[in-house]
Amino acid sequence: MSKLRKDYETTLWYRLLCFVNGEEKPQEEPEEQVRVEEDKTIAIVPEDIWAPVEEDKRQLYDMYRHWTLGRGMKLFHRLYAVFAVFICAVIIGTLLYTVSYLPSFGDAHNPDNNEVAARYIEKGLQETGAVNIVTGMILDYRAFDTLGESHVLFVAAAAVMILLRLDKGKKGNQAQAAAEENDRIYEPKNDAILQKVAKVLVPPIIIFGIYVILNGHLSPGGGFSGGAIIGAGLILYLNAFGFAKTERFFTYKTYKRISIAALGFYALSKSYSFYTGANHLESFIPKGTPGAILSSGLILPLNICVGMVVACTMYGFYAVFRKGGM
Amino acid sequence: MFTALWNNVEATVAIILFGIGFTNLMLNRNMIKKIIGFDIMDSAIYLFLAAKGYIKGRQAPIVVNGIQDVEAYINPVPAGLVLTGIVVSVSVSALMLALTIRLYRRYHTLDIDEITMLSRKEEK
Amino acid sequence: MEFVQNLPFFGIVLALFSGVLCSILKRKLARAVCLGLVMAELIASFLVLLFVLRTGESYVYMMGHFPAPWGNEIRVGILEAFTALFFCAIMLLSILGGLKHIEEDLEESKENLFYTMICLLLSSLLALVYTNDLFTAYVFVEINTISACGLIVIRQTGRSLVGGVKYMIMSLLGSGLFLIGLCMIYDITGHLLMSNIKESITELAATGEYAEPLTIIIALVSVGLAIKSALFPFHSWLPDTYGFSTPASSAIMSSLVSKGYIFLLIKIIYRVIGFDVIVSNRITNVLFVFGLAGMIIGSLNALKERDIRRMVAYSSVAQIGYIYMGIGLGTVYGMAAALFHIYSHASGKSLLFIAQSGLTDANGGKKSLLDMKGVGFRNKIAGLGFTVGSLSMVGIPLFAGFISKYNFATASMYSPHKMLATLIVLAISTVLNAMYFLRTVIRIYTPTGEAAKPAESKTGPSFAVAVAVMALINIAIGTCSGPVMEMIERGLWMFS
Repeated sequence: MSKLRKDYETTLWYRLLCFVNGEEKPQEEPEEQVRVEEDKTIAIVPEDIWAPVEEDKRQLYDMYRHWTLGRGMKLFHRLYAVFAVFICAVIIGTLLYTVSYLPSFGDAHNPDNNEVAARYIEKGLQETGAVNIVTGMILDYRAFDTLGESHVLFVAAAAVMILLRLDKGKKGNQAQAAAEENDRIYEPKNDAILQKVAKVLVPPIIIFGIYVILNGHLSPGGGFSGGAIIGAGLILYLNAFGFAKTERFFTYKTYKRISIAALGFYALSKSYSFYTGANHLESFIPKGTPGAILSSGLILPLNICVGMVVACTMYGFYAVFRKGGM
Repeated sequence: MFTALWNNVEATVAIILFGIGFTNLMLNRNMIKKIIGFDIMDSAIYLFLAAKGYIKGRQAPIVVNGIQDVEAYINPVPAGLVLTGIVVSVSVSALMLALTIRLYRRYHTLDIDEITMLSRKEEK
Repeated sequence: MEFVQNLPFFGIVLALFSGVLCSILKRKLARAVCLGLVMAELIASFLVLLFVLRTGESYVYMMGHFPAPWGNEIRVGILEAFTALFFCAIMLLSILGGLKHIEEDLEESKENLFYTMICLLLSSLLALVYTNDLFTAYVFVEINTISACGLIVIRQTGRSLVGGVKYMIMSLLGSGLFLIGLCMIYDITGHLLMSNIKESITELAATGEYAEPLTIIIALVSVGLAIKSALFPFHSWLPDTYGFSTPASSAIMSSLVSKGYIFLLIKIIYRVIGFDVIVSNRITNVLFVFGLAGMIIGSLNALKERDIRRMVAYSSVAQIGYIYMGIGLGTVYGMAAALFHIYSHASGKSLLFIAQSGLTDANGGKKSLLDMKGVGFRNKIAGLGFTVGSLSMVGIPLFAGFISKYNFATASMYSPHKMLATLIVLAISTVLNAMYFLRTVIRIYTPTGEAAKPAESKTGPSFAVAVAVMALINIAIGTCSGPVMEMIERGLWMFS
C-alpha cells in the first residue's frame, strides 16, 4: 500500500494536482536519507581536509561575485552601449533609406503643395478673416485639432497636479511643511539686482506677450506663443519677489477659474461654429475688415482664451514643480 | 541614394536626430536623459515637417500687401501641424518631469532599473 | 440633417468640457458629473447607432464650415457607433464596480482629478473612434496616453508610479513612430483626411510610385500603434501598469485604452492605406507572427504568475495577441473576428479585473493565488463574476470567448497558408488559458473546511450590479453572437 502511495506521489497527475492547488512540491524524502548516510562517511574524514576546499569555493564565489559587480557590470554596460548604437544605426539606416525616396526639399511640385494649401493661401483671408494664414488654418479650417491640443495641455497640467500637488487641507501635513521649508532656500533674499531688473523687465515682457496674443491673426504668433511669454514673465516675477507677492494676485483658485472660463468659452464657441458649419447654417459672427485688430471673427477671442490658459499653465507648472502648490 | 539624401538634407538631418532621440528614449537608463531623448525626437519630427513645408524662394504665409498668389507663399499646413505638435510635446515633457521628480523623491535615484528594483523590494 | 447626427460631435465636446468642469468640483459632485456624462454618452451612442442602422449608410459630419479636403470632419457608421456604445457601457460599469476602491486608494482632494481623467479619456476614445482625420487622431492619441497615465499614477504607490513611467516611455516611443509615419504620409500624399489620403495612396499603389516609403510608413504606423496597445515584444510595461493601479483604472486600461488604439489601427488599415495595399505589402504577416507569439508567451507568463492581478494582466497580452492574429490573417473574415474579439475581450477582461478586486477584498487584501482558497464563498457575486470571466477567456460555449475563438478558427480557413499555424496556436493557447484560469477558479471554490466567514469588507451594491451586468453582457454576446457579427460585417463593409 505504502509503495503504491509513493508511486502516486511521483506521478504526473499528482504533480498537476499540486500545481492546480498551487501547493509547493513536497520535499522528496529519499534524497534526504541518502544525505544522512553520506554525512556518516564524511564524519570519519578529518575536518581540516575540507578547509582548503571551502577556501577555494569561497574564493571562486568571491571571484564571480566580484566579476559580476566589477568587470561583468562593465562588460554588460559596454555590450548595452554597443547594442544601443547598433539599434540606433538600424533605425536611422531604415529611415534614411525611406527619406532618399521622398520628394526633394523645397520643390514647388511636391505632392504636399496641392489644392489644400492653395485654397488656404488664396481664399484664407476672405474665409477666415485672418491675415496670418497659419493662424486662420489652425483656428478655423482645422479647429478641431487645436481644440484637442489645448485640452492636451490641460490634461497634462491635471496629471502634474495629481503627481506633485501637496494637500493643504490635511492637518499636520508634514510633506507640505517640508516643501515650504525647502522652498525657503530658493526664495530670494531681497536681491537688489534681481528685483531692480525684474521691475524693469517684467512689464515689457507681459505687455509683449499680450501684444503677441492680440496680434495672433495679423502677425507671427498667437495664443500659445504669447501665453508662453506671459508665463515666462510671471515666473521671473515670482523668482524676484517670492511667493508672498505673487499669491496676492495668483493662487490655485485663480488658476482654476481662468482655465475653466477659457476652456469653457473655447468649447462653447467652437461647438457653435462646428454646429452651424455641419448643419449649413449661417454663422452670425462678423469677420470684420482684414488687417484690423478687431477682425477675423472668433479667432481673436480664441487666441485670448488659449493665451490665458497657456500662461496660467506655464506658471502653474513652475510653481507646482517648485513647492507643490501655487 | 546619396544624391537623393543630399537633395533632401533637412529631412536627412531630421531623421538622424530622430534616430538618436528614439534610441536615447528607449535605451538610456537615466530618466532625465530619456526625457532629453524624447525632446530631441519630437523636435526632429518638427524639423522634418517644417522642412517639408518649405518652398524655395517663397515667403512665410502671412498675407503682405494683399498678394494672395499661391506662387508667393510657402505651404502653411506643416507650420500649423508643428504648432499643434509643439504644445503636445511640451505637455508630455512636463508630465514626464513630474513623474521623475516623484520617483526621485521616493527612491533617490534616476536610474530606471534601480527604481524598478527598489520598488519591487519595497513591496516585499 | 437630423439632430441625431450631431450627437457624436456633441459627445466629444461635452466630454472635454466635463473633464475641465470636474477639475474644479468637489469629489461627490465630480463623480456625479462624470457618471452622468458617461450615461449621457451611452444614450447618445445608442441613438446614433439606431439612426445609422435605420439609414444603412455612414455619414460624414463637417467640423466647421469647410468641405472635405480643407476642413476637418468626423465620420459615423455602424461600427463606430457600436464601438462607442460598447466603450461607454464598459466604462460606466468599470467605474461603478471600482467605486469603493476609488474612494479607498485615492487621496480625497485628488478624487475629482480622477474623474477629470476619466472624462478626457472618454472624449479621446470617442474622438479616436469617430475621427476621419489622421492628425486629429494623433492629438487625441496623446490625450488618451496622458489621461491613461494619470489614471495609473493617481494611486500614488511606488509601484504604480513605476508602472506609470514605464507606460509613458513605451507610449512615447509608439507616438514618435506614429507621428513620423504620419508626417511621411502627409509628405507623399499632401492630405490629412483619411478618405483623401486613401485616394492618393490607391493612385500611388497603382503607379508604383513611392513604393518603398509606403512600405516603411505602414510599418511605422502599425508598429507605433502596436507598441501602444502592448503587442507581444512590446508588452513589458503591461503587467506593472495593470497590476498596481486601482481596479477601475486597470479595467478601463485593459479593456478600453488598448482597444482604442487597435480600433484606430483597423481604421487606418481600411480607410487610410487601403486593405489591398496592406495585404500586398505583407505587413499583416509580421503582425500575424507577433500575434501568435504573444498568444503563447502571454499565457506562459500568466501561468508562472502567483499574483492573481498580474496573472489577469498577463492574460491581456495573450488576448491582444489574438486580436493582432486576426488582423494578420489578411482577410475580411479575420478582421471581423478581430473586431468581435475586441468586444468579447473588453467585456471579459473588465469583468475579471473588477471581480478580482472583490475577491482580494474578501480575502483581506491578499493577492497571492495561494491565499485564495475558498474565497469564492465569501464574496459570492465576485466569485461568480470571476468564474464567468474565466470561462469566457478559456472559450467555453455560451460565453463570448467561445464565439471569438470559433470565429478565428473559421476565419483561418479563408487564408490557407496561415490556417495550420492559427489552429495549432489557438489550441495551445486555449489549453494554457484553461490551465491558469481554471486553476484559479477551482482554487477560489475549494472549501477551506472552516465555516464560511463573512467577507471582511463589504463591497456595496454598485459592485454587485456592475459585476452582474458585465457577466450578462458577456453571456449576451456569447449567446446572441449572430446580430453582433452581422453588425460588424455590415460596419466593415461600410468602413471602406
